[in-house]
Amino acid sequence: MRQAIPGQRDSRRYRSRLLQPEAERHADTHPLTWRLRDDGEAVWLDDYLRKDGYQSVRKALDDGDPQAVIASMKAANVRGRGGGGFSTGLKWSLTLQGGEMPRGYLVCNADEMEPGTFKDRLLMEQQPHLLIEGMILGAYANNSCYGYIFLRGEYVESARVLNLALDEAREAGWLGADINGSGFDFDIAVHTGAGRYICGEETALINSLEGKRANPRAKPPFPGQSGAWGKPSVVNNVETLCNVPAVILNGADWYQTLSGGRTDDGGTKLYGISGPVENPGLWELPMGTTGAEILERAGGMCGNRQLKAWLPGGASTGFLLPEHLQLPLDFDTVGKEGSRLGTGLLTVVPDHQSMVALMRNLEEFFARESCGWCTPCRDGLPWVVKLLQALEWGEGEEGDIELLDKLAADCGPGLTFCAHAPGAAMPLQTALKHFRHEFEQGVRKPGSKAHQDPIPVGEV
Amino acid sequence: MATTPQTTGLIGSDGFHLHPADEAAMLEEMAHYEQPQAACIEALKIVQRRHGWVPDEAIVAIARVLGIGPAAVEGVATFYSLIFRQPVGRHVVLVCDSSSCFLTGFDELKRALVSQLGIDYGQTTDDDRFTLLPVCCLGACDGAPALMIDADTYGPVSAGDLPDLLEGYP
Amino acid sequence: MATIHVDGQSYTVNGAHNLLQACLSLGLDIPYFCWHPAMGSVGACRQCAVRQYKDQEDDQGMLVMSCMTPAADQTRIDIHDEEAKAFRASVVEWLMINHPHDCPVCEEGGHCHLQDMTVMTGHDRRRYRFRKRTRRNQYLGPFIAHEMNRCITCYRCVRFYNDYAGGIDLGAFGTKDNVYFGRYQEGILESPFAGNLTEVCPTGVFTDQSHSDRYTRKWDLQFAPGICHQCSMGCNISPGERYGELRRIENRYHGEVNGYFLCDRGRFGYGYVNRSDRPRLPEWRESPDSESVSFDVDDALARVSDALHHARRVIGIGSPRASLESNHQLQMLVGKENFSTGIEAREQACLELMNDLQRNAGLPTPSPREIEDHDAVLVLGENPVQSAGRLGLNLRQAVLFRREALGQAIGVPAWNAEALKTLAQDRCHPLFIAWPAPTDLDDVAEFRHALGPDGIAQLGFAVAHAIDPAAPAVGDLPPGIAEAAERIATALMAAERPLVVSGGSLWSEAVLEAAGNIARALSRRAKRGGLILIRREANSTGLALMGGQPLDWALDELAQGSANALVVLENDLYQRLPSQRVDAALARAEIRIVLDHQRTATTARANFLLPAASFAESDGTLVNLEGRAQRFFQVYDPTYLRPETRIHESWRWLHALTVNLRGEKTSDINLDTVVRACAEAHPALAGMVDAAPGSNYRIDGLRLAREPHRYSGRTSMRANQNVSEPRVPQDPDSAFAYSMEGYSGHREPRQQVPFAWAPGWNSPQAWNKFTDEVGGHLRGGDPGVRLIHPEPGQGCYRQPPQNSEGTDVLRALILPRLFGGEETSALATPIQQRTDAPSVVLNPDDARRLAVATGDIVNIGEGPAVPVLEQQDWPAGWAGLPAGLIAGLLPGKSITLHKAAGGEP
Ligand SMILES: Cc1cc2nc3c(=O)[nH]c(=O)nc-3n(C[C@H](O)[C@H](O)[C@H](O)COP(=O)(O)O)c2cc1C
Ligand code: SF4
Ligand code: FES
Repeated sequence: MRQAIPGQRDSRRYRSRLLQPEAERHADTHPLTWRLRDDGEAVWLDDYLRKDGYQSVRKALDDGDPQAVIASMKAANVRGRGGGGFSTGLKWSLTLQGGEMPRGYLVCNADEMEPGTFKDRLLMEQQPHLLIEGMILGAYANNSCYGYIFLRGEYVESARVLNLALDEAREAGWLGADINGSGFDFDIAVHTGAGRYICGEETALINSLEGKRANPRAKPPFPGQSGAWGKPSVVNNVETLCNVPAVILNGADWYQTLSGGRTDDGGTKLYGISGPVENPGLWELPMGTTGAEILERAGGMCGNRQLKAWLPGGASTGFLLPEHLQLPLDFDTVGKEGSRLGTGLLTVVPDHQSMVALMRNLEEFFARESCGWCTPCRDGLPWVVKLLQALEWGEGEEGDIELLDKLAADCGPGLTFCAHAPGAAMPLQTALKHFRHEFEQGVRKPGSKAHQDPIPVGEV
Repeated sequence: MATTPQTTGLIGSDGFHLHPADEAAMLEEMAHYEQPQAACIEALKIVQRRHGWVPDEAIVAIARVLGIGPAAVEGVATFYSLIFRQPVGRHVVLVCDSSSCFLTGFDELKRALVSQLGIDYGQTTDDDRFTLLPVCCLGACDGAPALMIDADTYGPVSAGDLPDLLEGYP
Repeated sequence: MATIHVDGQSYTVNGAHNLLQACLSLGLDIPYFCWHPAMGSVGACRQCAVRQYKDQEDDQGMLVMSCMTPAADQTRIDIHDEEAKAFRASVVEWLMINHPHDCPVCEEGGHCHLQDMTVMTGHDRRRYRFRKRTRRNQYLGPFIAHEMNRCITCYRCVRFYNDYAGGIDLGAFGTKDNVYFGRYQEGILESPFAGNLTEVCPTGVFTDQSHSDRYTRKWDLQFAPGICHQCSMGCNISPGERYGELRRIENRYHGEVNGYFLCDRGRFGYGYVNRSDRPRLPEWRESPDSESVSFDVDDALARVSDALHHARRVIGIGSPRASLESNHQLQMLVGKENFSTGIEAREQACLELMNDLQRNAGLPTPSPREIEDHDAVLVLGENPVQSAGRLGLNLRQAVLFRREALGQAIGVPAWNAEALKTLAQDRCHPLFIAWPAPTDLDDVAEFRHALGPDGIAQLGFAVAHAIDPAAPAVGDLPPGIAEAAERIATALMAAERPLVVSGGSLWSEAVLEAAGNIARALSRRAKRGGLILIRREANSTGLALMGGQPLDWALDELAQGSANALVVLENDLYQRLPSQRVDAALARAEIRIVLDHQRTATTARANFLLPAASFAESDGTLVNLEGRAQRFFQVYDPTYLRPETRIHESWRWLHALTVNLRGEKTSDINLDTVVRACAEAHPALAGMVDAAPGSNYRIDGLRLAREPHRYSGRTSMRANQNVSEPRVPQDPDSAFAYSMEGYSGHREPRQQVPFAWAPGWNSPQAWNKFTDEVGGHLRGGDPGVRLIHPEPGQGCYRQPPQNSEGTDVLRALILPRLFGGEETSALATPIQQRTDAPSVVLNPDDARRLAVATGDIVNIGEGPAVPVLEQQDWPAGWAGLPAGLIAGLLPGKSITLHKAAGGEP
């Protein structure tokens, strides 16, 4: 249908890349990326096997003790890289197994739609077998009978690479019946989505996987009790699962040392940065690396811009200030500052950027992506957007900012059905806290002409 | 319920047929899951791949193939942003409007698109060539501002790149 | 039981409930939307927030949704916590953002849950200053109007329609603040329970179209406790009247029978009451084609008694659609020996057999609600949704309740609706159906065996034998049936509480005997199970209890000339037997007195027609399919607004005639007297006295109000006739007053509630104020009294008959249908609009033999032209015809098919 792609356009094609040369990445320090090639081509099975590929699966299956896999994960304290930071080992230990329980599902959350996040794509496009290996281990630990990679529909390249890799792995006996002679059966399919941020919420994801509207489900029961098709299911992020092979192969203690004492959390993290910086990109760095170091790796702010604020891990995290750049970026430290580590991919805000306009953009996103199930999120967020729009146009009224405070508080954790609305509330609350004067400037001064017409709804 | 749904749709009511190959693909897709409903989204995408969008009749046809109710299919079809329930142009331009792109020139890019294509979000050019839609963060933030045309992701894209870029999609 | 602490007070509650249900059951108010007592919790609306504390030490606590929190022992919550109140106010404020605030023109106004909750949370100022979103509405058929702008996205409609009632054409579409609830395409809502949307929807999105045509606010309607007359279920209804017309029917909560829901025949089938062609004055006609003359009451009584006085012998034909009282008075008039039930002989035999089986088949008859506690179901020869409407919903719940069992195993409470649905997927309790055509429960059935009546009986006998070898075996069983019987028997035996459902739809005693054998077999194998038998009409069970000769006998008596006068009570004989036969009998009857509230083929033959009261204008007692006697009460006095009408209860007419005939001075009669007399005359009906309190019942010394206390306009209602307001009608028959004066509260327990209202609760959710626990029983006890009781050790197995199917004759198999299959509701316009086009169903082999094919138009005997529909698994030798299509066509009768003129020869 389409002609061959001529030069200029081709160079504009987006390719996921890591900004760390091969020379900097080693098996004992960069468990996620040491195998990646500088040319950015995918690491296929031969290459992968040459670089210790599937050794951890072999080890775990030879040991024959799924509980040991869970124990290692618990000891390593691998915390969920999807943004929640929940201990993966603990989650796995709660999956119902044995007795009357049917074998359930292992679902990889590859929906990556959090604004500012572009890490899982790299792992899937360039190192699919690491994910597959992690999934086999996860399945083994959780007694899952089948795995799905729930991939967002826009990741066309990831789907292509993953499917080829799955074929390779199946061919080589790493998937299917009786894996590596262990008696353990497991296979994986790629399930591509059709858009909607909420599909990344783990229970909405399961509904979507079942071919339903992606409304989240009530918890409890947790997916580990009743997940996909009512069977015990585990949902983990791509990066989380990619951490598993090295933990199993090298042990929890080794994993703990990777962060080099920067934090209590072990391991490494795919950190990244985007926005107006010289070199936006991704790096595998020890857990607890500071924002300052990441910003420096990115060559600092573009042009002569100063840093005004930053989001540590996607649009649903709270704003931090330049003074927070020195903090180790781990789950607990960032949490104490009124934000969340989230996905660990920083978004920087330059000094000339209006916080009101930025918040309007963020909240438009959250309002648009609400699944429409619960009231605060469905009907509260569009109101937030309209108030922000009014403030942005200087048409705010007395009380609007207090109303925003209240709306943000009402969308907080526990008050809404899932964590989507709290994700919208956190940046708003922190922006109102740190940059309240900017919002106040949007309130019409007494004496200025009141607007005649209601503000158009616009496409929210 | 026992009654079979009847279609009274207005859009595209003349001559929609589920292509046998598409029906076969749906049946194959169903085999991947515990319940046939799980193939619903893929079934919609299969129809969309052939027709560009999902006409009313396709909803009923998919419901029949999957053995579920038409309202369930329509509920799904209208939930997901990449399923089109109205005709679209030959090429769909998805512009990322999320935070990183917003911070790096989305506004200008969007304005350029609107002026060059002469359409806004949700509209299709008169020659049925392009439809313009917003999209969630494309996961290309290190290449912001980014956009997608059909299955191709581009970024960073400046307003000046657009004429050349669009030319590749006749 | 659990102890919970609410706002510092301790209460004992049902620990299996969630906090919302527990608090509402205590009479405490917490606003809510998405929760519904029959459908459990989903936590979507976030309206029911309260503050929960971990323990006595915790003074922080956190807001939780009370609907999603178990009422576990020692739970501590504050409803009146400031922050909780503020949050709840926020939620209503959001819900009202896009709501049109069109209460003055909205038909929900005045019984709107959204209004109630908005007031309850104290939301009274609009702060949202931006534009509202608007949407388009859909045409959804003759029953339901659609106004999507009012939607608050509580998801109750789809949860009822799809999850509870099994519908597939209504859904939630779109996302964010643009979720749309409607059909996937504009068109008629397919579910026969769609009408419940009008009550399930907390606001005015889905409203009653039949009411819309003649709209009145709830507070301006006059109500009485009613019993639906449209089938044998006996659902409790709240009919509402204004200006001498019935304006709508709403569900009247009954903890054992109908709960919160009705079927659409019952809700929308009342239009016959308002028909302008109803007889309103006594009429006399020389012959069927001469002009009629109308009289006043005394004149009519004199003439009719005079005619009866001179008659040689008078036959009385009663009716299973009239009250026990009216039938009894007819017996009084003509004498027991001259009384017929008005039911065809074979149907009557089936009805008597069903009463017998209920006594001695060894299994109790569950109430409709108890049906839901059974965990395996066999439906033998019925299509319950079509023949007993509401019962179909109970059966669906029984099957779906597998969810609860599965949830229990992993600790998911029964109220956690979405979680249970997820957990169970399509796993249901086993349901087996033996019925020739597709049924409305096939989607949740393990299998349906398409058999004719004899095949169904054979299957049933075989199941009984497979359960208990002592039950007689069936010889020469086709392998398919033998295998099915084994499977069914195994599933029934594996269940804790198996249920057998059968009934009279096929007019087959063999089918009923088979059901009886299964019940006996189960009871001999010590199973706690149930047997429920579906009758056709509102009082079929009652008439079979009362006894009397079948209709055939009555017609024979007349045809043979052994009687020359006839009194027909609310019965169109032409619906029951072939017209030649009825004509022949009527031709010999010199005096033909008919009482009815509708014009029928029979009233057209009357020389005296007395205008009877419909259920809305009369009181009486019906016995439903459980054997439960239930009383319905007069909603309005038809003469108040139309003084010229002479409509009276049939029992009043008949009593007056009796008295006149005897030459006694007309003595007054009231309902209490008739009820007592009827109970005394018929030992089987003795219990009916207790079906409802008598006319001297009072609460706090007050009668019970038929009108809400905000009822308006009474003084001007008759101003077009006379500016001075007459005294309101006095009701000698019941404890209800035609007035807003009287008791209408919820605090004093009572069974008979004309309309549900409590301070702050104007919507149907007000029923929660009348129950012992929300979703439980009325605090005053659920109305009605069972007249049929099991008699232990009575039954013995019956022998299976020979299968006589598969001959060359084509016999009629009448398929019950909800819309159009019942005489009176078929006269209501919306029901007519909703009635499917008829067809005649044939087995393809029969069709080939008869040289017809699907789509061909054929005449059935002299009857109407209908298209043929070939159905693969349809039993050979039978022609399936919808009930109500051909009046007087008897099931099992052999029929002939001819291609209609215009088709090939
Ligand atoms: C609105 C919302 C969107 C989410 N999107 C994603 C996502 O795109 N990818 C992801 O891995 N986790 C996402 N999550 C987190 C998941 O719900 C879940 O916690 C995660 O997949 C668990 O995996 P982990 O423990 O490995 O992090 C999202 C959560 C919410 C509330
Ligand atoms: S969701 Fe709950 S939270 Fe809401 S009312 Fe409904 S009942 Fe309550
Ligand atoms: S989508 Fe979860 S809070 Fe609304």
